[in-house]
Amino acid sequence: MSTFSAGQELAPHTFIINRAKLLGYANASGDQNPIHQDEIFAKSVGLENVIAHGMFTMALAGRYVSEIAGSESVKEFSSRFIKPVVVPADIDVELIVSGKVLEVSENSLKLEINATCGDVKVLGMAKAVIALS
Amino acid sequence: MLNPDIVGRTFTGATSFAVTQESITQFCEAIGEPNISVAPPTYSIKISLAESEVLLKESGLDWNRVVHGDQRFEIVRPIVAGDSLTCSSTIESARAVAGNEIVTVRSDLHSGPDLITSSWSTLVVRA
Repeated sequence: MSTFSAGQELAPHTFIINRAKLLGYANASGDQNPIHQDEIFAKSVGLENVIAHGMFTMALAGRYVSEIAGSESVKEFSSRFIKPVVVPADIDVELIVSGKVLEVSENSLKLEINATCGDVKVLGMAKAVIALS
Repeated sequence: MLNPDIVGRTFTGATSFAVTQESITQFCEAIGEPNISVAPPTYSIKISLAESEVLLKESGLDWNRVVHGDQRFEIVRPIVAGDSLTCSSTIESARAVAGNEIVTVRSDLHSGPDLITSSWSTLVVRA
């Protein structure tokens, strides 16, 4: 286990989001809302195009957090959904997730997580607490 | 219009949710998580959001206009294959802002008597 210090910036990770991945998440999560798969439907309800499930974006940010000390170490995880991730057909959209250490204690770490798409921040106030063994 | 009486309303699913390795593996694959020995931290949304849907519909809110505003998880221990989970969801708050109805639902997942995860979903019913 490497050591952490408050204020430390953690290396960013880029995740790819495309229509195939949205279908995979819809099937895995059970959230089959057509705004995440059907462009005609999404536009009919006023969206620019198909958008990613907010929980898919959060799940990818969760994977970033899990990489630090494993999925089993994550004790708290929270986020606001501030902007949708728009996913046009046949395009790989890049979601860039980064983190910063807010607090370090003997057995846990509190992190601030940032997730951006293009230069747009898509998750707000995202924080995680992980247990360090 | 928002009915303030919905605050405190609770829904407990009639059946428990049997967690299979297949469903954990499928969720891990969808997000590119190589460790399939436990469910990822957001896996429980698969159970809790479906219960919230029932609760909001029963409370007369239009699920088709719902947007997810924020989400929080407190995880006592990770979910693993073989868990049989019950979900109890409660409307903790409901308020109207600029014509939108903002509802916070707390969902507690138990395995037998043990609390596994608590989560809070803020759901915005657009005007």
